[in-house]
Amino acid sequence: MFLSTLIFGLMLGGTYALIALGLSLQYGIARIMNLAYGEVLIAAAFIAFVLFSSYGLSPLWSLFIIVPLGYGLSFVIYRVMMRPLVRRSGGSGHLEVDSILATFGLLFVIQGIMLVAFGGNYHSYSYLAEGIDIFGTTVALNRLLSFGLSVAIGGGLYLALTHSRWGLNLRAVALAPKSAPLVGIDVNRVASIGFALGGALAVAGGVMISMYQAFSASYGVVFTMKALVVVIMGGVGNLLGALVAGLLLGLVETFVLVYVDPGLTLAATYLLFLVVLLWRPEGIFARRGK
Amino acid sequence: MNSLKRRTLFCLLSGAALSAVSFGFANAQDRTSVKIGYAVSKSGANATGAGITTIPNYKLWVKEVNDAGGLTLPDGKRLPVEVVEYDDRSSAEDAVRFTERLASQDKVDFILPPWGTGFNLAVAPLYERFGYPQLAVTGVTDKAPEFAARWKKSFWMLGGGHDYANALADVLKAAREAGQINDKVAVISVADGFGIDLIKAARPALKEAGFTLAYDKTYPVGTSDFAALVNEAAASGADSFIAFSYPPDSFAVTKQAQTARFNPKVLYVGVGGAFPIFPKVSDGKQEGVISIGGVDGSSDRIEDYFKRHEAFIGAKPDSWASAITYASLEMLAQSVQRVGLDKAAVANELSTGSFDTVIGPVKLEDNQLRQLWWAGQWQGDRFVAIAPADRSGAAKPVIPKPQW
Amino acid sequence: MIPLLIGLAAAALLALSPFFFDAYGVGVIIGLLGYATLASAWAMFSGPTRYISLATVAFFGVGAYTVAVLSEVLPWPLVLLCAALVGAALALVVGLSTLRVAGIYFVIFSFGLAELIRQLITWYEVNVTGTLGRYIFLPLEPQHVLWQLLALAVITLLLAILIDRSKLGLALKAIGDDEVVAAHAGINLARTKLTLFVLSATLITLVGAIQAPRWVYIEPAIVFNPQVSFLTVIMALLGGATRRWGPILGAVPLFLLFEWLGANFPNHFSIILGALFILIVFVLPDGVLAALEKLRKKEKAA
Repeated sequence: MFLSTLIFGLMLGGTYALIALGLSLQYGIARIMNLAYGEVLIAAAFIAFVLFSSYGLSPLWSLFIIVPLGYGLSFVIYRVMMRPLVRRSGGSGHLEVDSILATFGLLFVIQGIMLVAFGGNYHSYSYLAEGIDIFGTTVALNRLLSFGLSVAIGGGLYLALTHSRWGLNLRAVALAPKSAPLVGIDVNRVASIGFALGGALAVAGGVMISMYQAFSASYGVVFTMKALVVVIMGGVGNLLGALVAGLLLGLVETFVLVYVDPGLTLAATYLLFLVVLLWRPEGIFARRGK
Repeated sequence: MNSLKRRTLFCLLSGAALSAVSFGFANAQDRTSVKIGYAVSKSGANATGAGITTIPNYKLWVKEVNDAGGLTLPDGKRLPVEVVEYDDRSSAEDAVRFTERLASQDKVDFILPPWGTGFNLAVAPLYERFGYPQLAVTGVTDKAPEFAARWKKSFWMLGGGHDYANALADVLKAAREAGQINDKVAVISVADGFGIDLIKAARPALKEAGFTLAYDKTYPVGTSDFAALVNEAAASGADSFIAFSYPPDSFAVTKQAQTARFNPKVLYVGVGGAFPIFPKVSDGKQEGVISIGGVDGSSDRIEDYFKRHEAFIGAKPDSWASAITYASLEMLAQSVQRVGLDKAAVANELSTGSFDTVIGPVKLEDNQLRQLWWAGQWQGDRFVAIAPADRSGAAKPVIPKPQW
Repeated sequence: MIPLLIGLAAAALLALSPFFFDAYGVGVIIGLLGYATLASAWAMFSGPTRYISLATVAFFGVGAYTVAVLSEVLPWPLVLLCAALVGAALALVVGLSTLRVAGIYFVIFSFGLAELIRQLITWYEVNVTGTLGRYIFLPLEPQHVLWQLLALAVITLLLAILIDRSKLGLALKAIGDDEVVAAHAGINLARTKLTLFVLSATLITLVGAIQAPRWVYIEPAIVFNPQVSFLTVIMALLGGATRRWGPILGAVPLFLLFEWLGANFPNHFSIILGALFILIVFVLPDGVLAALEKLRKKEKAA
């Protein structure tokens, strides 16, 4: 029972981590608290659904189409919408509040478009839902893939950020946006890339999740909230922290479900979030850098 | 500074006064058509339910009525239906206010009710105040008799949690007595209105039918991963697994049971099991899954209704409340044909008359529809009714459910 | 003085409105008063401190739910008092815990607060009391709701004016400008913020409590509708959260606009709402009143 709970918790955590990685990037590097994050995720899920249902294209292949699309779109959104706010705020705390409000509006716009295009109903399809045996526990293949993807992306990005020049630039902008230009970094370009990369991750997450979860046009907020919880817990901008926090959250939820009471799972999540917020708002894994 | 404030205030007040006055204008009544209004959830949390059950049937009915020339009146004349529709955005306050608008501003002849028990309750006092008959189809509540008595022109047409739970207990009892399943049951229920009604009624009903609840847990709305819950239920030794769930949980539970290769002899899911999307969700393996509702598998009227719905809306209706919604509109049309457009007369006719609808002959008892199908099962690509088993049109349940 | 007199005259007119308007008109005015109060109460705290609270519906829902629980047990005035106390207590707990963290974390936490409370109430109702939906069968007519809301709106506005002119208001402005400087000037940051937060939250709770009888059936899903939080914020920001009359100036036209949009463009409400929000953030970051003031200054200078 313990082992199966552990494995289920990790699978759930894999989904959570996958959801949160993109937001961590967007806030960490571009300093944009993107409340419309969940809507982008759902939009990607819809596109994957349409491609699969109407054209029979496997979601794994659609990734190659949708992810670059997500990257490009997020890049444009940053340049058109966020940049004027960045310029106006001059690097003070105003940007965070302004970005929250602006992305708030974006949330409604994207959700409204999806409502008009797809209606309010649930959509769902089944792909790679076969069970795989892991140490005696049967796990859905698509969830296992999500887990694997989140670890791969989280780990891979972490390595890229710490061992490459490009990653160095990104981290510099994240840590000290005012000083970065002094060493010749084009903050604007780096922030745009960070935001766009975050959007690409959101999109990837949406495609993966659409394989095993039913969704509707109004579902985005649920994902945004989950992502926010994970990001805060893991430490803003801390990719590994987001990965670990996501897995931790999945584990906590599953263990509470099995050993305490299924009715308290979500309350436990928020309680944990509150505790972290009050005790270590920089995140459980915050240190002086990434 | 002062004069700015003064000017602003003046603008504000005159603006408010002007707009308020313009809202006070009443519309003159138009007798070249019958005005029908509705405020339903086109967006927000309720849109998923309203979008499957309520809105398509409202649209289908209006189209068919107008294609035939309009609603027939007692004198034989036909008047086309003119629709006034609003989106209540899944907000109770907006539902109340838009209903007020339909009643006092648009002055519609009839108002079609919103989706969901909560919203039907919210607008019931309004319908009563303005004298509109309320065909509360999507209001599932054990308190229906009380509400029918409190609001004399309200008609409750989907029964209550007790009915569904008791019917399920009967189905299981019959299966156990036939030696098909053991006496253990694993139940999970969603922590929300209908889920709670169902589990509260199911516990005593199942015990009385001789079952023990080997696993009985409630989960919060918003749970997305059922791996652990299904795992526990599978380990409980029960032959029957019941999920008093909502969509999307019903879908998630089904998928999880498939993934885990969990094959209970009886699998019961809650709301969502009768949705047209269920076969897709279950990857074509829906055979044998039992859920709420059901339609008469042998009825040609139903089959014809399904075809017309699919042709116009682009998707099949659900096999629970959709047909009842459509039937309620047929009842409305037939009432108008018999007694005209007077609201009180129509309400009286709905209460006392007999009607011929897609779900068969309908006569309300104490303003409630009691001739309902309480449980259904997927047999082939149709969700046919199996309970009450002694009613004509019921199919025989297939137990055990074929393996995934 | 004169604005106050005009305000009181408007209040008197509104009090008489149920006798002139039909049911829908009364419903619109109820909505207007509700949001005007919500926006003003919200701006009382979030305006000067710049702590954007997205938790309006958390308190709104708590007020409605308290009424649902107590409506058959206590007389109406006591029920309202209980609702206010519950709201204040909740605000105290939330405020004590979160007002010490930086603004951005407060915003995020407030985003999830309504959900947290909803989960807790649901769990309690399911496992402890055994009922989830509650019924309010009070003989309150729409005009009673209107009059109570009107009274609350007037009280809220008067409170806002009083605070603005008091030492508390000065302290708030100092905090909003620069917290560090304010602390050095001897202002007790925590206590000031907490007082305002509790006051603001109590008023919001009462709005929910007064409106609850209109919905008959109360369930967590119904009373914790996120739309309330969003609309409150956008209305207060449009008018100007830091100006006394700002929130009302934002609430009235926006509410009427949304009502008109909802009636005529029911399918595109979301998109238009979002676009408006974005527009406000870009063009009127401090609200209409502040923008007008800037214009006037430019006129004077030219």
